[in-house]
Amino acid sequence: MTALRNSVPVIAILLLIVAGWYVGSYALNAPFQRDLDRRAGVTSTPWEFVVKTMTQPKPTLPAPHQVAQNFFENTFLRKVTSNRSLVYHAWVTLSATLLGFAFGTALGIAIAVGIVHVTTLDRSLMPWIIASQTIPILALAPMIIVVLAAVGITGLIPKSLISTYLSFFPVAVGMVKGLRSPEFTHLDLMHTYNASKAQVFWKLRVPASVPFLFTSMKVAVAASLVGAIVGELPTGAVAGIGAKLLNGSYYSQTIDMFAALVAGSVVAVMLVLLVGLAARITERLMGARPA
Amino acid sequence: MIAKLPWQSWLALALAAVAAISLPIVSADPGFGAATSLVVFALVLIGAAVPVLARSAAVEAVVLFVAAHGAAWLLISGIAGHEGEATRAFFLLVAASWLIAWRLATVLSAMKPRSREAGWVLKLIVPAIFGVWILIIWEAVTRGAGIPFILLPPPSAIGAKFAANLSVLAADVRQTIFKAVIAGYAIGCVSGFAVAILADRFLFLRRGLMPIGNMVSALPIIGVAPVMVMWFGFDWQSKAAVVVIMTFFPMLVNTVAGLTAAGHMERDLMRTYAADYWQTLVKLRLPAAMPFIFNALKINSTLALIGAIVAEFFGTPVVGMGFRISTEVGRMNVDMVWAEIAVAALAGSIFYGVLALIERAVTFWHPSVRGG
Repeated sequence: MTALRNSVPVIAILLLIVAGWYVGSYALNAPFQRDLDRRAGVTSTPWEFVVKTMTQPKPTLPAPHQVAQNFFENTFLRKVTSNRSLVYHAWVTLSATLLGFAFGTALGIAIAVGIVHVTTLDRSLMPWIIASQTIPILALAPMIIVVLAAVGITGLIPKSLISTYLSFFPVAVGMVKGLRSPEFTHLDLMHTYNASKAQVFWKLRVPASVPFLFTSMKVAVAASLVGAIVGELPTGAVAGIGAKLLNGSYYSQTIDMFAALVAGSVVAVMLVLLVGLAARITERLMGARPA
Repeated sequence: MIAKLPWQSWLALALAAVAAISLPIVSADPGFGAATSLVVFALVLIGAAVPVLARSAAVEAVVLFVAAHGAAWLLISGIAGHEGEATRAFFLLVAASWLIAWRLATVLSAMKPRSREAGWVLKLIVPAIFGVWILIIWEAVTRGAGIPFILLPPPSAIGAKFAANLSVLAADVRQTIFKAVIAGYAIGCVSGFAVAILADRFLFLRRGLMPIGNMVSALPIIGVAPVMVMWFGFDWQSKAAVVVIMTFFPMLVNTVAGLTAAGHMERDLMRTYAADYWQTLVKLRLPAAMPFIFNALKINSTLALIGAIVAEFFGTPVVGMGFRISTEVGRMNVDMVWAEIAVAALAGSIFYGVLALIERAVTFWHPSVRGG
């Protein structure tokens, strides 16, 4: 019942957005349609005119149903191996995302462990990790791709390198926080047990850091997807959601572009939900009581 | 006495010993002078031995500093003209001096300065040494091993390119940052803030917008860039539009979260003063929300730069940072690309730094600023 009550405002706002979208697509497509009609010498009733603005093959702003139809056709009605299938493109991007995310998470955890245990690393590395995020590093993407292509490395690896870079930071920062989250009394307790450093790490710090890890992994997986998509832009890659966007912009295929955006968003939401699910399962396995 | 040497010194000594066997430093004929080589070895030995010889940490730090950077300087300036001809000895010596620098960072991190100013200086010096050594190793490896220029130019070449193309870089900054980023950032943050206030006023709007706003933060919004370029043309307006969309939601979500930060006690106090909604908002809840708002402003500063640069990949007039990066990559002028990235990094850091300074001034009452 509460779920229903909570979803009413969300649905209302979403409906409002869709309505606004329809109005917007009428307003943006009308000038071109008017021009078209005038040249063809057609006079149409207002309703016919509205319908025409919503059925252009290359509209300035496609109407929601056009995008939905395109998305549906290219997702469910095509063979997944066809290069017009959004599933195929999403898979290409997703594989780079997952590879980069795995590397980034591993790297982030490794850096966090180092920072927590070695004071020198904490003092010298931590400021740079934070500074590295004030840099618009996505600007590096074209160069990484092109330069690696010049040495003969193409395909998955360069894209996932960008994903790695974008995803390691949230994990590193979150894990440093998480590994340092045990309270002083807990550390003292371990001390009274005469626990070694390794024991403190495995039995206290690691379990305490798990919630932090999953929270930061949610941020990291989203960043990783952005990295993979942008990584597909500069080379004119042939497959992937980024490539789909780029092709759409070359040929003004706005409906295709919007469908690709929707596909990217669906992938993003699924990834975040999956990480959330993994978090819940892990917590249950670790014996956390449902709050 | 020898046993008290730290492991970095042992390793440095071992590396220097192997280097001594695999001399000369450069394989070409008029390579390193014997005198220079001797000085390098002497510096490494001094750096390795000083932990047991020095009486105080300060003296040790100074000697380590001179030894590590002196050796590195001699090695890198000696390699000039012999790119790609370095032997194993060169890299071993670079590694040895890097270990000495590591020892230096360890000594500095272990210092417990008495005054606050000295603590601040230390906090800056240790990461600065780390950064300098990344550059040194980068320079030494690219020049020593003769890595193709296209793959990774040495920092000195990037610096030279930077200095030689200041006017081009300045024009790009003007186009991308002063036109697109600033305009988009201002519009995006202000509108996000305004909608957040609305959402705070009307519960229905908040209930509806918050889940959407949280979800949007996970989406690859950058993908709207080609659409915006199609709508608003190639000039800076389309980039500003991308920046507006990217900065709107973080601002909205953070501001709404921040407006709940004021405690019940304080709100009750405002009620006893018979303060109305707006008075409570301006005098209590907005100041309490400032840490959250500044968090959003900081996140947005990076997002805005990324948005504007990536949007330029989809089409621009012949100026702008994203344009320069994508065209110079195509022409394989990698040093120019790195120079542009250095500019972007600098701009991003300055942007962030200015925001952090304003934040300190505005949230002077916050525990994290007072240091309490």
